[in-house]
Order: sequence, then C-alpha cells, then structure tokens
Amino acid sequence: MAEKRKKLLQGNEACVEGALYAGCMFYAGYPITPSTEIAEGLSVRLPQRGGKFIQMEDEIASIAAAIGGSMTGLKSLTATSGPGFSLKQEGLGYACIAEIPLVIVNVMRGGPSTGYPTGPSQSDIMQAKWGTHGDHPAIAVTPAYVQEILSETVRAFNLSEKYRTPVIVLYDEILGHMREPITIPDAGELPVVDRAKPTCPPEEYFPYDEKYEVPPLAPFGTGYRYHVTGLNHKKDGFPTNDSKQIRENNMRIMNKIENHKDEIWKNEEKFLDDAKIAVVTIGSTARSANFAVRVAREQGIKAGLLRPLTVWPFPDKAVKELSKRVRAIIVPELNLGQMVLEVERCAGGACAVEGIHRVDGEPINPAQILEVIKKYA
Amino acid sequence: MATIKELAKKDELLSGGHRLCAGCGIPPIVRIILRSANGPVVASSATGCLEVGTTIYPYTAWRIPWIHSAFENSAATISGVETAYRALKKRGRIPADKDIKFVAFGGDGGTYDIGLQSLSGALERRHNFLYVCYDNGAYMNTGIQRSSATPLFSNTTTSQAGEVIQGKQEWRKDLTRIVVAHNVPFAAQCSPHNWADLSKKAEKALAVKGPTFLNVMSPCPLGWYTKSEDSIKLAKLSVDTCYWPLYEVENGVMKVTYKPKEKKPLAEWLKPQGRFKHLFKPENANLLSAFQARVDSEWQRLIDLDGKQVY
Repeated sequence: MAEKRKKLLQGNEACVEGALYAGCMFYAGYPITPSTEIAEGLSVRLPQRGGKFIQMEDEIASIAAAIGGSMTGLKSLTATSGPGFSLKQEGLGYACIAEIPLVIVNVMRGGPSTGYPTGPSQSDIMQAKWGTHGDHPAIAVTPAYVQEILSETVRAFNLSEKYRTPVIVLYDEILGHMREPITIPDAGELPVVDRAKPTCPPEEYFPYDEKYEVPPLAPFGTGYRYHVTGLNHKKDGFPTNDSKQIRENNMRIMNKIENHKDEIWKNEEKFLDDAKIAVVTIGSTARSANFAVRVAREQGIKAGLLRPLTVWPFPDKAVKELSKRVRAIIVPELNLGQMVLEVERCAGGACAVEGIHRVDGEPINPAQILEVIKKYA
Repeated sequence: MATIKELAKKDELLSGGHRLCAGCGIPPIVRIILRSANGPVVASSATGCLEVGTTIYPYTAWRIPWIHSAFENSAATISGVETAYRALKKRGRIPADKDIKFVAFGGDGGTYDIGLQSLSGALERRHNFLYVCYDNGAYMNTGIQRSSATPLFSNTTTSQAGEVIQGKQEWRKDLTRIVVAHNVPFAAQCSPHNWADLSKKAEKALAVKGPTFLNVMSPCPLGWYTKSEDSIKLAKLSVDTCYWPLYEVENGVMKVTYKPKEKKPLAEWLKPQGRFKHLFKPENANLLSAFQARVDSEWQRLIDLDGKQVY
C-alpha cells in the first residue's frame, strides 16, 4: 500500500493531488499553457468523486464560476498563467471584498502579454499582491519542489478556508512541467481546514459580522439568506455609503491577515546560523540557490539560504532580522527586480542587497548565484 | 468567380515553410481566402495555431501586413486597424479610393468562446472587415481541450470519454446563426475541400461593405486523431453527412449552397476519427443514433429556411 503512494508526477499533476487532498470539489477553468494539465487532471478526477469540473468560455468566467462554487460551500479552485491571471484580477478583488475562500494557481510564464508560454518566469510576484485594484489582503504561497506543490496547494486551501479569502499558489513553468518522485500523503498526515459555518439561527446571521475577525460563512442553500456584493457593505452584506462602516470593513479584511502573519509565514532556512551572505529566493530559482550555497560552503564561504514559502504577506520579520546579521543578501529572481524591492525595504540599508535577474526564458543557474556570493565573500 | 487556374496564378500570400502540422486545414483555408481578395489585404490573428505556426522568429509566412495582439481580441484589433486606415485616408496619407481589405482570423476557441464579445462588438459597429473562424472543434494549440465548437460526444482532454461520461455532453454553439443575428450583410459556412465554394464566398464577403463572416471547417489530424492525408476527405465527409452544412446568408436571405445528392450517414465522418472511437462500442449505439437524429433535425431546419428571408 505504502509503495503505491509513491508516484512520479509532474508539478501540475501534484497540484491536482493537493487540491483533491484538501477536499476540492469544484474547478472552473480555461485552457492556458503551462497550467492546462491541472484542468485536464481535474476534469477526470473531480467527477469521479462527485465533484464538478466546468470548462468556462474564458478566464474571467472561470474565476467567477469558482467564486460561485465556493459560495455553495465547496472548496473551489481555478488555475491559469500570466495572461489569464491578468484577466482574473477583477474576480480576485471581488473574492477579497466579498470574503470568498478560493484558490487560484498561477503557473508563471514569460510576459508581458502572451510572452513566452512555454518558458519559466517569476514575474508575477508583484501582480499577485497588487494586480487587482484597491487595498486588499493577499496571500501567495510559493512551492519549489513537486512534493511541495502538493503540500502547498493543501496549505493554500487551508489558509483560504481559515481566513475566508482568495489564496494564490505561485510557481513557474519549470516546476509545473518537471517530474519528480513524490509521496501522496495518507489521510490525516497533512492538516485540512474547513471554513467556519454559522451555528446561530438564520435570522441572527450576519455574513460580515464585525464581532468576528473572520465571520463564519454560510453556504448558499442552507437556509441562511444574505446579500453578497462587490460594493462596500455593512454587516448584513448590503451596500453602504456610511464612512465608518466602509472603513471598519476595509480594515477588518486587511487586519484578518495582517494580525496573523506569524501563522501564515513559512520559510525554509539553510546554513543561516553563521551565514555572512544570504540568498533570499523562491520557487525553481531556490533550487539553484540551494546548490550554489552548498558549493560556497564547500569552498569555506559562509553562505546561507532563506526560502519563503509564503511570499505574500512578505516575510518582513525574517528578512529584517537576517539583514542585521549578514553582509549581503542576494535576491535571484526570474524577473527584472520585484522581490528585491521588498528585501531592500526590509533590510533598510542594514546590509548590501543585490538582485540577480533573468528574463530570457532560461533559469538562473547555480554558477550565476555563486559568482555573486563570491563577490561578498 | 475565378477558376482554379486563375486562383493558382495569383500571388501566394501565406508562404510555405510555416510550422503548421501536415494535414492541418488552416493553410489551405487562409490561402484560398487571401487569393480571393482582389486587392491589398491587411490581416490580424488571434492567439492560436495559425498565429504561432506562421510567425516563429525570425521568420514569418505572411506576405501582407499582419498583426497579432492577444487571444480574445482579433476582431477588436482589426477594428482598430481598419479605423486607423480610414484615418490615414482622411489625412491623405493613403489615397482615398484605395480599396484595402481587412481580414481577422481566429480559431474556434478564440472566436466562439473568449473572442465572442470582441467579435460581436466589431459586427455591431459595422467595421468594414471579414472575420474568418477556422473551426477545428477544440483548443488544439494548448493540447485539445473542449471548446463550445467541439462536436457532441467528442473526446478531448477536458471532456474525456470514460466509463461513465462519453465525451462532450453538449451540442456545439451555432456561431454562424449568432453572427447572422447581428444583421451582417454576408455570413457563410464553408469547407476547404470545396475550394470553389469557399473562394466564391470569400470573394463575395470581401466585396461587400460592412462586417462579413466565414465559418470554415478545419480538419486537425492531431486533435481528431486522424491521418494527415485524410484531412480534405474528412472535411468533405463533414459536409456530405450534413454535420457541417454549406450555406450563406446574404442580405438576410438564406441559401443552402450545397445539398448532397445522397446524404451520407454521420458514422462515415465519425468513424475514421479517434476522438469518436468510443461511439462505436456496441453499448453506445444509442448515442450514435441520437447524434444522427440531431444532425438530421438541424439539417431539416436549414432546408426549411432555404430561400427565405431569415432576418
């Protein structure tokens, strides 16, 4: 039995396994390279477990349908890549303000626009935070291994259910299409969180009750009647022009994430205890960084790695603390400088910060990172 | 109308050496249409097989001005282009009497689904252009996912035929009727096997002022699981079985432009295609007959409208 749980899977296939493990019962999506295997896999697997797969007519409809699916109480997923992620931004903002749990996978490819559909990129890091208009909370998780795509997809669902908010799973084309042997966890091995449902009688229910940090969400069709809107609303869900209520609701949806960053953050640290040079990076680039740091250590250079698995909210605390005890932080990323801005902000001049950037559709290789590590050795 | 000899003498505006698959229906469709334009042509393409297959850097197969912008907006892009040319004429940068044709291309995904809003807008604004949909019945460029043009019961990677579900469960969207409902001066369905019919319709469409539309059956060996050399034969069978009727609506009048002398059973078109393999299992005989019945009723509906004013 245990043997059978070992599988050689592509990243996107592992995402399917993660979604199923988390209890996903609804998927709405649209074909787009390099994420389509997620839709293909779920089109077969969801109906087998009584779930629903819908291929929609475009990306906008896909996120709208996933929001609708979630409102009926089903854990819902949609997956896409850059151009589709751009189109989904309006729906993403709606899910933020209406506080609808939802997981959105963005398998990043080169951009802007159609860009490089079959090439890797990490250029949607800022879009994951700032892509939709208005102030809003953002949670984005960033796996770096096929096994981790499974577990981080589960964690994304958990965070989404717990905080009643959309959560983004960000990984790049390399990871989406890379095959690695992974173990499908047994039931109970990973925590699975379900959203809180109201226990009060329907007439006493308020979907945006300010007495809660995260109000319970009643699935549609269970006798709880309430209004859902993208307009600023009061506790019963109906639109309001009252400035006090607008402010309170806006602050609550920000603070429900802001006040729990410690629980949402997740970092992997390697050789950081005595490190003088740190590399901070995510996803497939972290694999190169891992190799570079090990080679540096073999050469007697005190290098270490900080790998955020939660890129939003940005791991301010870990980076701030790190910047005070290292000479330099190196930030390799497959874009022209996004995460490096956050690292600079957190470091606040306490150490040198240098980015390594690449946008030619090729990965950043360990030698490139090692070269910059040596510069600060 | 030009004879095939005359057509062959015209310049080839989509060159050889492109990367579209052997047996793909798209190149003959594009070539026949471009040869049917008597005068300079400007084209746009939606994201899709035609776009990626003809423009891989540093080459282009297009011998005319050509633009690609995104997936959902071939019709919107050509709207802008056509408007720009009008502005240039107004300013005297282009001779006012120069008759330039505008053609927007898109696959069924980029036209029936994500591009429908853009197409509808351009038709309603009455831009002077021809929209050509090459309909191969799925998202072939991303790996054969179902579209709203995918035939009933077709096996695709997101409508897989298994033990319980037998491929796509929905009847295809009738896009040509949707376009006709925009009161366009000319809209038609065509197939590349009947070059004379396709060329004649393209010539008509391009001669008319205002928005026009051609929906063209485009065989796809990759997505249909067929042999490359059978593509044109299969295009013909789609018409002879009346799955894909050839008709036109000109100034609101319906005309069925080809009526097979002997209507072939639908199974003759379906059987050679791997995407319909499951329909030939004995237990699926009822599905096959249901499919045939629907094709029959659609064909009858069309025949009943033949020669009539439909809007």
